[in-house]
Amino acid sequence: MSKKTLFWLGAGIIVLLLLPVFLPRFYVYLVSIILLYGLLATSLNLVLGYGGIFQFHHAVFYGVGAYGTTLMLTKTGLPPMLAFIVGPLVSATFGLVLGIICIRLSKLYFGMLQISLGSLVWAIVYRWYSFTGGDDGIHGIPIPEMLSSPKGAYYFTLIITLVCLFIMWKIIQSPFGSALQGIRDNPVRSEMIGINVRMHQLLALALAGFFAGVAGSLFVVVDNTVFPDMLFWTFSLEILIMCLLGGWFTFLGPMLGAAVIVALRTFVSTYTDYWALVLGIIMMLVIFFLPNGILGYVEEKFKRGFIEPEIEEQ
Amino acid sequence: MLEVTSISKTFDGFKAVNNANLAVEKGEIVAVIGPNGAGKTTLFNLITGILKPDSGRVLFKNEDITGLPPHEVCRKRISRSFQIVNVFQRLTVFENVQISVLSREKKTWNLFTPSASLAIKETDEILESVGLLKKKNRTTALLSHGDRKVLEIAMALGGNPEFLILDEPTAGMAAEETSRCIDLIKKLSQTMGLTILFCEHDMEIVFGIANRIMVMVRGGTVIQGSCEEVRCNEAVQDAYLGASDVCLM
Repeated sequence: MSKKTLFWLGAGIIVLLLLPVFLPRFYVYLVSIILLYGLLATSLNLVLGYGGIFQFHHAVFYGVGAYGTTLMLTKTGLPPMLAFIVGPLVSATFGLVLGIICIRLSKLYFGMLQISLGSLVWAIVYRWYSFTGGDDGIHGIPIPEMLSSPKGAYYFTLIITLVCLFIMWKIIQSPFGSALQGIRDNPVRSEMIGINVRMHQLLALALAGFFAGVAGSLFVVVDNTVFPDMLFWTFSLEILIMCLLGGWFTFLGPMLGAAVIVALRTFVSTYTDYWALVLGIIMMLVIFFLPNGILGYVEEKFKRGFIEPEIEEQ
Repeated sequence: MLEVTSISKTFDGFKAVNNANLAVEKGEIVAVIGPNGAGKTTLFNLITGILKPDSGRVLFKNEDITGLPPHEVCRKRISRSFQIVNVFQRLTVFENVQISVLSREKKTWNLFTPSASLAIKETDEILESVGLLKKKNRTTALLSHGDRKVLEIAMALGGNPEFLILDEPTAGMAAEETSRCIDLIKKLSQTMGLTILFCEHDMEIVFGIANRIMVMVRGGTVIQGSCEEVRCNEAVQDAYLGASDVCLM
């Protein structure tokens, strides 16, 4: 990483740390939501943009993580911090199990099967009143005192998100990350150079499930509620759009996409109920003019200026 | 070294490979020739595990490797390049070969060491040997077709193979690129001692570098023998050229 990137990264983190001092409570809450949605979208992008797997129902793992954490907090007397570890682990397991079932199908069929199995999980959560609270969800979840204030929740979200992003960044830079990108570009070729494609994909799915689960537990901290819509398929679509909009071949693209969508939903919906219409138009423009997403476009422009003219020698 | 006995593969009733036989000794360069659709690529897919044969056996160094998945076949030190360029499009030339080296070193389960610090020397050596070192930081999408075919071979070399399978290595290359590619194949055989199995349409190349030739027609083996034997074999001329009064070359 160059010094310049480090400088901007440091500056960004300092601004984020200072935000609660200046911003009113509502905006602090909004930034927390952006951060955790960004984490969620980045975890999807680990398998979508870097792994080439059409994970169409990512919200399931987010929801399962949130419910896992919540049920631990409300139904057991175990230390609360344990709940924040168990939630993500449960979603990692879900990611692995759904992955084992779906991975034998390729590309779109993987996505289709995942949507149906994921909807099954949603239906169970929606109906099982005695355990999950059914369509009411669970409200007023007891959160450790330290995290229950908006500021506490914000800092907790910020720190966990940054740590998770850092770990995912390391994973993408690692040999496993390289292999994953190879599999995305060409699974047959990857097999032929000795990579066990399915096993690598399964690990990626479990990892993506884990980080989605982390995002889910963060939502519990920020919002104190869980509800079945968190794992409804329309929300999966929203996460998918965050990735595409921000740039699914860039690392921070999904975070940017999350910011755009949350901002749109918050501010446009005060003027009209049809905020999704605005989103749809933006999405169409992006697909036509910025097929690699906003950040993908910026990166392209940026790189183009730096390509040195290479002289072909004979 | 490699022995394929009466191997067959049927797609929806079409016998793509039908009782084909092939034997390759250590250190040889063997060519597979045959008209389009004769089943050459299917044969290679059967050997490397991309397809599973309906019947027949593949022995490599006296070990039965029939039906093993490709990543395990690769571990036996059999590598291949593809006819249709099959590289990692979004990665650089260097990364393409590096993944192959990392995979051979079984490092792809490593989640935390940066790739950028691993297998640099090995990768550079391979790129040097095929003459792509100067272009190592280019995205493969920016390479010429000829360079991409060479990159194919470089990726296959990343697995440190003893046995190399090349599916039409020079297809679509310009004349100059072709001659460079042939020199490369000769070099791999002579200096690195690789055993090479390849298929090719250009008879000049086939007779120029192959020690022995296997002729495939409609999925079956017509003959496998030295260049002279194949050149004047009547069955080959009948099947391959459709006329018996012409001698190949």
